[in-house]
Amino acid sequence: MTTGAAAEQAVRTARVIKPTRGWAALRLGELWEYRELLYFLTWRDIKVRYKQAVLGVAWAVLQPVLTMVVFTIVFQKLMHISYNPAIVNGKAIPYAIFTYTGLLPWNLFSGALSRAGTSVVGNAGLLTKVYFPRLVIPISAVLGGLVDFVIAFIVFLALMAAYHIAPTWHIVFLPLLVLLAMATALAVGLWLSALNVLYRDVGYIIPFVIQLWMFMSPVIYSPTFHNPLYKLIYGLNPMAGVIVGFRWALTGGAPPSGLLALSVVIVVVLLVTGLVYFKRMERTFADVV
Amino acid sequence: MSDISVHIEGVGKRFHIGGAMQKNDTLRDAIVAAAQRGLERVRHPGSVTSKTEVLWALRDVDIEVREGEVLGLIGGNGAGKSTLLKLLSRITEPTEGTMTLNGRVGSLLEVGTGFHPELTGRENIFLNGAILGMTREEIDSRFDDIVEFSEISRFLDTPVKRYSSGMYVRLAFAVAAHLEPEILLIDEVLAVGDAAFQRKCLGRMEDVAGSGRTVIFVSHNMQTVRALCTRVVELKEGRVINDGPPRAVIDQYLKLQGGTDGIVEWEGDEMPGDDDVYVAALRILGPDGAPTPVVLSTEPFTVEMDFHIDRMLDDLTVGFDLALGDGTIAFRTYHTDVDPSLWPGLHLGRNRFQCEIPADTLNAGRYSVLPRISVHKQRWIVHRGSVSFDVHRDPGASPFALADKPGAVAPLLRWQSIFDGS
Repeated sequence: MTTGAAAEQAVRTARVIKPTRGWAALRLGELWEYRELLYFLTWRDIKVRYKQAVLGVAWAVLQPVLTMVVFTIVFQKLMHISYNPAIVNGKAIPYAIFTYTGLLPWNLFSGALSRAGTSVVGNAGLLTKVYFPRLVIPISAVLGGLVDFVIAFIVFLALMAAYHIAPTWHIVFLPLLVLLAMATALAVGLWLSALNVLYRDVGYIIPFVIQLWMFMSPVIYSPTFHNPLYKLIYGLNPMAGVIVGFRWALTGGAPPSGLLALSVVIVVVLLVTGLVYFKRMERTFADVV
Repeated sequence: MSDISVHIEGVGKRFHIGGAMQKNDTLRDAIVAAAQRGLERVRHPGSVTSKTEVLWALRDVDIEVREGEVLGLIGGNGAGKSTLLKLLSRITEPTEGTMTLNGRVGSLLEVGTGFHPELTGRENIFLNGAILGMTREEIDSRFDDIVEFSEISRFLDTPVKRYSSGMYVRLAFAVAAHLEPEILLIDEVLAVGDAAFQRKCLGRMEDVAGSGRTVIFVSHNMQTVRALCTRVVELKEGRVINDGPPRAVIDQYLKLQGGTDGIVEWEGDEMPGDDDVYVAALRILGPDGAPTPVVLSTEPFTVEMDFHIDRMLDDLTVGFDLALGDGTIAFRTYHTDVDPSLWPGLHLGRNRFQCEIPADTLNAGRYSVLPRISVHKQRWIVHRGSVSFDVHRDPGASPFALADKPGAVAPLLRWQSIFDGS
């Protein structure tokens, strides 16, 4: 009886290692087994980020607020940029709030993308010494931005109170939009982090890409199109849907359903292909990194 | 078959070096390389465009490890030991073959993997534990033991960057030592820390090995391998070349390491000496009487000299210098050093003298024997030529033995206490 039980246990825990051929299974279930590691790596990133900075958590407040102030001065006061504000109680949303509602998802996205893109190379020391599903690394890089986001969001609520504007009930959709922003960062981050292992240029390109991407997203302006084709092309940027969605959820206006639907489709495609590419490349990470 | 813990079958790992599969560090290199391959194809249609050089870091490796066995992996640099551990711990994938592991695997290829200098000792224990595969519950329950083992409890809430390197290693090893998987893979991690802490770690490892867990252990320190392992596998150029009990495999390995030295034979004009007396051969003989390039410090060995006497001279002294690698003479010995009644006889024609160097005399390192024949206090006859060999030191039975000791020689001497302590 005991031998039977022992054998059963041996069979249960046996692990067979073989070369993977062709398209690897995604084995996403394995991520669940490693959820504690995901938690600890995310926790490490956040903790270290605040420990190393003299101002600590204050940065998470200062960064979006200062950006908002500068954008408001430069784009509204000096350049008189046209934006299409939602009307609340017969009053147009001020530009400061308008741009802050764009900065919220944008900072979440850009921070997550820049960390995720360099995450695999940055954790080379771990990759070559310990096994764990490599996906844990870019995912924890993306999750690490949530704390900054929450702090920036509390600041947002304070701003709203200062301007005497109440958020709309659409705010219940905010978690989904946050998820979409993070999924976008993860999808692109998967591609970039795997490419960065082979080509270190990717690390240098990321800040540049993020900069251009911001101008292609409606952070500081509202997009207006007369040609539906241009509108479609513009909508191919999933962050356009996310940001317009954020504004709708926080300050109201017309629901951007079409744009958001397109964003979701694009993100799903990017995410699935990114996962497959990442999984295909991860076998050789430890050999080439 | 249920007691087979690790089954490695036909495993190989191929790396590409140079040629088309070269890792292109930047996109520009990749583009240039792609363009060059294209150009090559245009210039020489039909030629093999891929100039990939293939290196098999491991090939056809078959090893079966039973439950509770402590297997040592030894071999020179590039033999494939660390690659095998990386395959077993799933850090990289094999190119071919199958490995079956029955049980939870813990691998320890480095101490302090993932340690962050900004985090405190306490925080790093949790982080490192999670990285090594412990659950939070396991870390919680072993936390006090880890702290006690590490001997750094006072600095638990200090960032690790302020630790001395010794404290850092102690904490890192303490976490690793409390990993309790069924199969433990360890790569050369005992080479760190001070001697006292190393002994503590060895003790801990012996406990782990004694508790029925399977351990696969890579080390260059033969003493450690001999002390801990129940079986040793030697790898060379990616293949298993020896597999058996520790003593046999390690001795064989040490002997083969030194190459073809340990013997020198001269012919014709090359023979050191003059027309009357000349040396033909010089050999270092192991305990089994065969020439060897490597001797163990714990075993006696013999210097053998073949020489010819074509005309008998008075006051002929035959001997040699034993010199260190840098040429410093450790000692000189002649066959005439002792009482004349004990001198071996000299004959016209062929002579063969042997001189035994007792066990526990020499230190670790490279030595050479230089033949010295003279007419006593008058002139040198033989004053050139040499044969070199390596001494591997087996620190012996003492738990305080040091792997490397200063000194030209390292005799084991007896000590005694003069006062009786009353």
